[in-house]
Amino acid sequence: MNNPADTTPPRRAIDIVNASLKRRYARERRFRWLGATAVTLGMVFVVLLFADIILKGYTAFQQTYIQLPIELAAATIDPDGARDPATLARADYMKLIREALREQFPEVKDRRDRRLLNSMISVGAPDLLRERVMADPALIGTTQELWILADDDIDMLVKGYIDRNAPASDRRVGDQMIAWVDRLEAEGRVAKRFNTIFFTHGTSREPELAGIAGALMGSFYTLVLTFLLSFPIGVGAALYLEEFAPKNRWTDLIEVNVNNLAAVPSIVFGLLGLAVFIGFFGVPRSTPLVAALVMTLMTLPTIIIASRVALKSVPPSIREAALGVGASPLQTQFHHVLPLALPGILTGSIIGMARALGETAPLLMIGMIAFIVDIPKGFNDAATVLPVQIFLWADSPERGFVERTSAAILVLLAFLFVMNLAAVLLRRRFERRW
Amino acid sequence: MYSWILMLVVLAAMAGAYQIGRQRAIASAGGPTRIKQLHSLPTYYGLYAALWAGLPALMLMGLWIGLQDQIVIGLVTSHLPTEMVAGLSEGRLGLLINDIRNLATGNIVSAEVTPEIQAAADQYNRLNLISQWAMWAVVLAAALAGLAYAWMRTQPRLRARNRVESAFTVILIIFSSIAILTTLGIVLSVLFESLLFFQKVSPLEFFFGANWSPQIALRADQVGASGSFGAIPLFTGTLMVSLISMLVAVPIGLLSAIYLSEYAHRKVRAIAKPTLEILAGIPTVVYGFFAALTVAPFIRDLGMSLGLDVASESALAAGLVMGIMIIPFVSSLSDDVINAVPQSLRDGSYALGATQSETIRRVVIPAALPGIVGGILLAVSRAIGETMIVVMAAGLAANLTANPLDSVTTVTVQIVTLLTGDQEFDSAKTLAAFALGLTLFLVTLTLNVIALSIVRKYREQYE
Repeated sequence: MNNPADTTPPRRAIDIVNASLKRRYARERRFRWLGATAVTLGMVFVVLLFADIILKGYTAFQQTYIQLPIELAAATIDPDGARDPATLARADYMKLIREALREQFPEVKDRRDRRLLNSMISVGAPDLLRERVMADPALIGTTQELWILADDDIDMLVKGYIDRNAPASDRRVGDQMIAWVDRLEAEGRVAKRFNTIFFTHGTSREPELAGIAGALMGSFYTLVLTFLLSFPIGVGAALYLEEFAPKNRWTDLIEVNVNNLAAVPSIVFGLLGLAVFIGFFGVPRSTPLVAALVMTLMTLPTIIIASRVALKSVPPSIREAALGVGASPLQTQFHHVLPLALPGILTGSIIGMARALGETAPLLMIGMIAFIVDIPKGFNDAATVLPVQIFLWADSPERGFVERTSAAILVLLAFLFVMNLAAVLLRRRFERRW
Repeated sequence: MYSWILMLVVLAAMAGAYQIGRQRAIASAGGPTRIKQLHSLPTYYGLYAALWAGLPALMLMGLWIGLQDQIVIGLVTSHLPTEMVAGLSEGRLGLLINDIRNLATGNIVSAEVTPEIQAAADQYNRLNLISQWAMWAVVLAAALAGLAYAWMRTQPRLRARNRVESAFTVILIIFSSIAILTTLGIVLSVLFESLLFFQKVSPLEFFFGANWSPQIALRADQVGASGSFGAIPLFTGTLMVSLISMLVAVPIGLLSAIYLSEYAHRKVRAIAKPTLEILAGIPTVVYGFFAALTVAPFIRDLGMSLGLDVASESALAAGLVMGIMIIPFVSSLSDDVINAVPQSLRDGSYALGATQSETIRRVVIPAALPGIVGGILLAVSRAIGETMIVVMAAGLAANLTANPLDSVTTVTVQIVTLLTGDQEFDSAKTLAAFALGLTLFLVTLTLNVIALSIVRKYREQYE
C-alpha cells in the first residue's frame, strides 16, 4: 500500500488459486467419473457376455420328445423269436415309430403329408429305440408309451425360437406342422426332458443328436497328457534356471527365450506342430497325442515362470539350513525347497492347464477340426476338443446349433471356473508368508 | 498300443531295479547294520540301478518308434514291383503308400486294390509286427543289460549319490533347453517353409503386392486364377482390427486401472478387479462366438437403422470384441506399474497443492509412462496374434479399405484358412501360410522384445 494512487489491490497467489479452484474441482470430478465409467463399462461387458451366452444356451439342456404308443411288434423286430442281438440290431425301428405316429394322425393320407409327418421325428430316434429294446428284450411284443426324440425343427418350435407370426415361407416349419405339434401338445404328448444325448453322444450333423461327449473325452486325454509332459519338464527347467544355473550367456538366453515364448501368438505353435510333429516326426494328425505335444510347448513358459516365482519365494534360510546339516544341493532342493514351493507351482500349473483347455487356434492347424463322431478311446484315436467343437458348431447354420454351441460354452466355462477355483483355494490353503 | 504296455513294463523294471540295487548295496556292505561302509545312502544305489535300467531302454524305445515307420515304408516300397514305382512323382508315391497303409489298417482305400498292393499291405503288416516284437526284445534286453551293469558296479566305494545327482542335473539342463529348442523349432520350421514359398513367389510381391487371392488351380487344365500373393490387404486388415481393439482396450483398461488403484474403496476394488480379470480367463473361441452371433448382427442392424452400409462381418465387430478381451490385459499391467510409482512422488505433489487428478495426470502417469507403453505394446502384439475372434467374426475377403464397417481379413485368418482346407503340403497356398506365420512371428517377437525391455528398465528405475 505504498502507492495510494493504485486502487486495485495486488493479486495474491491465494486469489489465483481460489479463482481456479472451481474449475479444478470440476475437472477432478470429471476425471473420477471417467474412471468409474471405465470400470462400470468393463463390468457391463462381463455381464453382457455371460447373460448373452446363458440366455442363448440354457434351453439346450432340455430336449423336445414326443410321446407315442409304440407297438414293438415281434414280427418286425424279431421274426424268428431267437432274440439274437444281430437280428434285433438290424430290425426296422423307423417303421415302428412311423406306424405309431400315423396312428396318432389317422386323417393324414396324402403321401407328401405323410413324409412331412415323418419328418417330425429325428433320424436318430430309431437308434435310440434300438438301444432301448436291446437293453430290455422283454419289451418285444408289447405296446409301450415311449418318448421319441423329435426333430430339431420341432424342438426349436416348441422352445419358441420359431416366430409363428412370420409368413410361412420364412419359417422352417410349415403351418400344418405347427397344427400337428399344437395338437400333440394339447394331448400332453410333447414334453421337454433333460437332454442326456448332449452329454453322452459325439457330434452329429443333426443338432438334436449332437453331443459333447467326444469333445470332452478328447479334451480330457489332451489335458492329461499335456500335464504329464509339461509339469515335470516345466518344474525341472524352473528348478535348474532358478537354483543351479550359472549366470552366463546361455542361461540368459534361455531366460529371454522363456519370456518371449510366453508372448508368442498361439497360432505360431500350431504351425510348429504342423511342420515339426506332423510333417517331420510323423505323429498322427488330429490325435490327443499331437495336440498334447503342441499344448505342452505352449504351457511350458507359463509353468516355468510360475514355478520360478514360487521357488524364489522360499527363503534362503531353508536352503542354508539344509546345506548346513550336510544335504547335497539336489537333496536340499528335492527334500526341502520343492515341497515348500509346491502349492505355488501347482497353482501356476492349474492356470496353465486352464489356458490349454480353452485354446483353439493351434489345434485347427493340426487337424483337430476333422468331423469325428466316435468318442475317442485313447491318446492315438482321432479326436476333437471342446473349444474346437464350439468353433465347428458356431459355423453351422442350423438354429439348433446356436443353443448347443452356447451350452457347450457353458460347460467349458464351468470346467475353467472349477480349475481356477481350485487354483485360488490351493493358494489360500497352502500359501505361506515367510 | 503295445508301446504303452512296453513303457509300463520298463517303468516297472525301473522300480524293480531300484529295489535290487538297494538290496545289493546293503548286502555288499555286509548287512543293514554296516551301511556306514557305503559311500552314499542305499537309496542312491537303488536310483543308480533304476537309472541304468530305465534310461537307455527308454531312449532306445523312443528312437525305435521314431524310425520304425520310415524303415518299414522304405522296405515295402523297395519290394514293390519296379514297373509300379518307376516314373511316379513323389506325390503319387505318397498316395500309393497311403493306400497301402490304409489297406493294412483296414481303412477305406482310394484306389482299387491290386494284388501287388495287397501283397505290399500284407508285408507292411508283417514287418510292423516283426518290428514290434524286435522292439520288445531289444528294449527289455537293454533294461536287463543296464541293470546287470549297475549290479556289477555296485560296491561300497561306488559314489552313487554323485552319479545319480549328475544324471539328474543333466536331465534338468535338457528340460530347460526345451525352451530354446521350441524357439529354434518355430524359427526353423517356419523359415524353411517360407524360403520354399519365396522361391515360388518373390518377397517383393508378397510384402508389397496389393492383391491377395491365393486360389490356385488344383489341376493343370483347370480354369482359374494363378493365385496372387500380395499381403498388403492382410497387413492393413490386421492393423485396422488391432487399432479398433486398442481404441477400446487402452482407454477403458487404463482408466479403470487408475480408478481402481487410486480412487476406489477397498471393497469396490476387491470386487471389480477379479470381475474384470474374468475377461482374461475366457477362451478366445467364446469371444469369437459372441462377436459373430451377437455383436456383428447388432452393429449391422444399428448401422442399417442409421442408413449405413455395414458388412455382416465388419472389422468393427471383431475389433470391439477383441478390445473387450484385452481390457484386463491392459488394466492389470497398468495397475502393476501405477502401484510401483513411489508414494513419495504423490506426497510431493499433494504438498504443492495439486488435486488428486492433477497428481495422477501430471506426476503418476508420466512416471509410469514407460511401463504403460510397454504394457500397451504387449497388448498390441496380443491383438495382432489373436486368431479365433477374427476367424469367426472377420471376413475372408481381402479388401484394401480404411472403412471399419467393411469386411477385412487378417494374417491369422488367412493362415487358418490356407491350412485347414485340403491341400498338398508343398503347394504355394500352404507355403504362403508359413510365410505369413513367419511375418507374424517376427513382428510379435520384435514388439515383445521391445516391450519387455522397456518394462524391465522401468522396474529397475524404482527398485
